[in-house]
Amino acid sequence: MTGKSEPVQSGLASAHPRAKRIRIAIIMVSLAGLLLAPHLFYPIFLMKLLCFALFASAFNLLLGYTGLLSFGHACFFGGAAYFTAHAVKIWGWSPEAGILLGVAGAALLGLIMGAIAIRRQGIYFAMITLALAQLFYFFCLQASFTHGEDGIQSVPRGKLFGLINLHDASNMYYFVLAVFVIGLLIIWRFVNSPFGMILKSIRENEQRAISLGYSVNRYKLGAFVMSAALAGLAGGMKALVFQFATLTDVTWQMSGEVILMTLLGGIGTLAGPIIGAGMVVTLQNYLATSEFPVTIVTGLVFMACVLLFRRGLIGEFFASKLGRSLGFRPDS
Amino acid sequence: MIDAAVEQKESRVVLSARGLVKEFAGFTAVNDVNLDIHHGRIHALIGPNGAGKTTVFNLLTKFLQPTRGRIELLGSDITRTPPAKVARMGLVRSFQISAVFPNLTVRENVKIALQRPSGLARQFWLPLSSLDRLDARADALIDELGLAGWRDHRAADLSYGRKRVLEIATTLALEPKVLLLDEPMAGMGQEDVAMVADIIRNVATERAVLMVEHNLSVVANICHQVTVLQRGEILAEGDYATVSADPRVRTAYMGNDA
Repeated sequence: MTGKSEPVQSGLASAHPRAKRIRIAIIMVSLAGLLLAPHLFYPIFLMKLLCFALFASAFNLLLGYTGLLSFGHACFFGGAAYFTAHAVKIWGWSPEAGILLGVAGAALLGLIMGAIAIRRQGIYFAMITLALAQLFYFFCLQASFTHGEDGIQSVPRGKLFGLINLHDASNMYYFVLAVFVIGLLIIWRFVNSPFGMILKSIRENEQRAISLGYSVNRYKLGAFVMSAALAGLAGGMKALVFQFATLTDVTWQMSGEVILMTLLGGIGTLAGPIIGAGMVVTLQNYLATSEFPVTIVTGLVFMACVLLFRRGLIGEFFASKLGRSLGFRPDS
Repeated sequence: MIDAAVEQKESRVVLSARGLVKEFAGFTAVNDVNLDIHHGRIHALIGPNGAGKTTVFNLLTKFLQPTRGRIELLGSDITRTPPAKVARMGLVRSFQISAVFPNLTVRENVKIALQRPSGLARQFWLPLSSLDRLDARADALIDELGLAGWRDHRAADLSYGRKRVLEIATTLALEPKVLLLDEPMAGMGQEDVAMVADIIRNVATERAVLMVEHNLSVVANICHQVTVLQRGEILAEGDYATVSADPRVRTAYMGNDA
């Protein structure tokens, strides 16, 4: 998580001499775990988890690294699911082209929504994104290509690059895993780039960034579109995994869920939203078969999290003595 | 003849305001202010609290839009230009409260300013190490302003005076033509005041400086021209000796300082 060019800071707990190796080891073990996971768990569950983890990571790019709270991200996630499903099922596109269309569509929606919402800040920004996402929801409810309440059913997964049959669960899983890793690498590069430095400066002191000549709204819009596009990547994949696209994915509840996942895990960290998404999806999976109402339980978990660890699970770990001695740093 | 040429160059007006008015819902904060800021000179804007100094600052840097009047920077009309563009044209300001990026190091702070003029601000696909080539220039500025020992410290950990110096270093990285400093000495110890005064005197040799300042001994020491504001209007203008001898200025300050 911490960039290699971050200088060692005074006043912080001194880093463990092998901190960097340990961090790399943690990443390697996690990757190995993900590679072996389909032998131990139900693949559809794992793929759902990866889709939501990527969705939450895309959302965190905006909330954690740009400081913008969007309440309309379901629009990009669910919208891309519709685009991909439609392209693959009706037009007979290949899965990779379908996903790319989903990404492009989500990016375009992001550009429109961002251009309108970016002019306002804080709660007004959140409200405008919510309002625009609701507009999109009603569009999806009424438009013919989405099939309203029914959604787009039985979407074929097709063959990746015309070669790999994605109807095989294990092929599909490794495809989703590869897209997930690529998505994370894009986020990592985006945050740790010259552009990312400017975003950071805007988050730290927006007035100062303006006075240094930066048109901050353009940078915010850039981050917004990138976040929307990656949310679209997650949504398009989900449509292929479940082989359907429904209204559920464009509701405001979905926008709320991704906020919950990100805050639970910890904003401004790369691992946080992944862990948060993992927790929420796992909880939902377990509770789906029990008597407990899912939303009440996740709500209680969220409240407990906000009251006990404000930084989120990963955020608290990074800020702890152990986390810091391993060289992790919670981002401001 | 060379002297005359230098003289002429130095008296070149780089920033001017004509008939500047700012009204806030019926209250006139700034009324008919005319200002000429010259290359190579330090111009002070003084006046009692609430005289409208910061408002004038915000108008000149376009953080506020004037109700009436005209502002020219280096011969072009900037009355309707957005603030970030004004900054790119060479008019850079500091703020009353120190304006640093607290969680970035001193070097990173300066590099943020260098990124835009070097064309390294929009690349979201390049690694952070692509910014390494700005290190040399950043370090040169940091050394010049005496912050070498703090280069890798977080800006938040610096003393108040050093934060202001860092702010000036960041501002200078843009090579501004006009520098606007909003109370650069506010809340500083005596030692830091002398250090910052020296820095300002040095940087003013190659550009114009306009500063809002309460510390009158600093104004007397380093400023070539003084404009006194009172209730949004210009009360007096001239060098420090002229202005301080003006009975109206004395009255305005007596009421405030007593």
